[in-house]
Amino acid sequence: MNRINSKLQEDKKILSIYFTAGYPNLDDTTKIISELEKSGVDMIEIGLPFSDPIADGPTIQASSTKALQNGMTTKLLFEQLIKIREKVKTPLIIMGYFNPIMQFGLENFCQKCQEVGIDGLIIPDLPLEIYESDYKELFETYDLKNIFLITPQTSDERILKIDAISNSFIYMVSSSSVTGNQIGFNEIQEDYFERIASMNLKNSQIIGFGISDKKTFQQATKHQKGAIIGSGFINFINDNAASNISNYINNFF
Amino acid sequence: MNYQVDEKGFYGEFGGAFIPEMLYPNIEELRLNYLKITAEPSFKKEFMELLVDYVGRPTPLYFAKRLSEQYNTKIYLKREDLCHTGAHKINNTIGQILIAKRLGKTRIIAETGAGQHGVATATVCALMGLECVIYMGEIDIKRQAPNVARMKMLGAEVRPATSGSKTLKDATNEAIRDWINNPENTYYIIGSVVGPHPYPDMVARFQAVISEEIKAQLEEKEGTEFPDYVIACVGGGSNAAGAFYHFLEDENVNLIAVEAAGKGVESGESAATSILGKMGIIHGSKTLLMQSNDGQITEPYSISAGLDYPGVGPLHSHLHQTKRAEFIAITDDEAMQSGWELSQTEGIIPAIETAHAFAVLNKKQFEPNNIVVINLSGRGDKDLSTYIDYFNLR
Repeated sequence: MNRINSKLQEDKKILSIYFTAGYPNLDDTTKIISELEKSGVDMIEIGLPFSDPIADGPTIQASSTKALQNGMTTKLLFEQLIKIREKVKTPLIIMGYFNPIMQFGLENFCQKCQEVGIDGLIIPDLPLEIYESDYKELFETYDLKNIFLITPQTSDERILKIDAISNSFIYMVSSSSVTGNQIGFNEIQEDYFERIASMNLKNSQIIGFGISDKKTFQQATKHQKGAIIGSGFINFINDNAASNISNYINNFF
Repeated sequence: MNYQVDEKGFYGEFGGAFIPEMLYPNIEELRLNYLKITAEPSFKKEFMELLVDYVGRPTPLYFAKRLSEQYNTKIYLKREDLCHTGAHKINNTIGQILIAKRLGKTRIIAETGAGQHGVATATVCALMGLECVIYMGEIDIKRQAPNVARMKMLGAEVRPATSGSKTLKDATNEAIRDWINNPENTYYIIGSVVGPHPYPDMVARFQAVISEEIKAQLEEKEGTEFPDYVIACVGGGSNAAGAFYHFLEDENVNLIAVEAAGKGVESGESAATSILGKMGIIHGSKTLLMQSNDGQITEPYSISAGLDYPGVGPLHSHLHQTKRAEFIAITDDEAMQSGWELSQTEGIIPAIETAHAFAVLNKKQFEPNNIVVINLSGRGDKDLSTYIDYFNLR
């Protein structure tokens, strides 16, 4: 079974961490992944940096710009990950924008993902309809779970469509926002979390955007399966050594 | 051959809406409503009245006698430079703000490079009494101080884009992020035939008034609706889309799209997307795009801020691929010389963007009886400091 799906079957709340590959230093990628696993993180999202990340806020954009300046490329990321499965069992997801993947070649990209042991993809600017008509079969051939986003504005009809086409989890964006823009959750967001939970979707949901501490993690996982931390972790890793990652992760348990 | 957008938002292989889910509700609302709204009689009436009484349309189609003699052909100039605010940009902002009002939006955002689209947007926001926020690259804000002042005087807030390369593409990224953060009350007026479907089609339709008028005016002056050539400069491509629109299906009309070669196509400082670009995704559209082998978007260069966009509208990518339009790249120096020549020959100082289109007269041989229409998309007042520096006019 795909590692994401096995993880989702475990009877626990999922803590997923996003980081940008090649940041703060070009060769930090495998070190950060290993430290995250040792710290008890359940899932890891590896950000493939892009020059124009329109769904991301200043923190992740700045980390992407730095990673590109450091020399990160799609090819290099796969080279760095070539032996990752010798030491790491945690589900690994690549999050990246569609253009760099398109230039690498879709089939080539999927093949490389399978080779190094990637379990899923989050491509925010690959629309549902195009995925379905052009790429679904390809992703399935290489056992890559494609993870879709929903937001508070997404209609029930569209949520059901996304649920039908997904086969791992749905990435719930906590609010109408780019990443790294939120401080805490309000009543409207809690209602949204509850509303989605009551839809009894076949896929579990994991909430991202706006989780930065134990309190927001608990709020997010009250009704949902898990939560993703991105900008908060980027800020941490900018100021701290990878060896201190467990101190940061312990804040959430 | 069909040059109209298909029901999925594509021109051949180009176009579509490659957008994050956060933008989906707004783009979908627009997609479902833009044709309905623009077909309403009350919309048509209000749009036309504003184009006539506020923008000053129809703009003249002027027979350039001295220029025609010099090049031994018949040259007509479509005088978009005489539009209110000095360029064709306002045709589109009038149309879009009327859509925004009908969608019940109360806050307008836009991106701008040189500031022309920002000024045109701030103008219609003042006209309609709507809140207006313009995103502009931090570097462009410093380069284009007079337009920043204009926008402020018109009541807009100008927000610097400080990410990435701090120019037009980053201003566009920031405007998109603003829309993601404000999905309920905000409408995004995109300034060119770029971005996710339906923007390229919608903007082309608003600019199509240019070619609609050319046809009627040529009929009156020459007894035919069809010129032999239509020439227009292309950054994102809105003035070209408007000038070409009603001629797309008439293959006897030769269309020439003029790109900025900057310091030369091979110099590493250029904006000639049709030559240097590869198919990719920028700002939600699949189109030709200047990028690295790894798919990172590269920063273009041109002396004219209105042409240094790393992509080109999907319609133009399609016209290039199907060879319906001929693409010609003009360097900074060629454009500046042509701007000088038009000023001295016809008494018209063009925008530097527009000057690129005139440089084609030195690149191509036309027959004496050819009718050549050049879209004079904007006037040169905004470029005076560049002209002063280049020709040492102090």
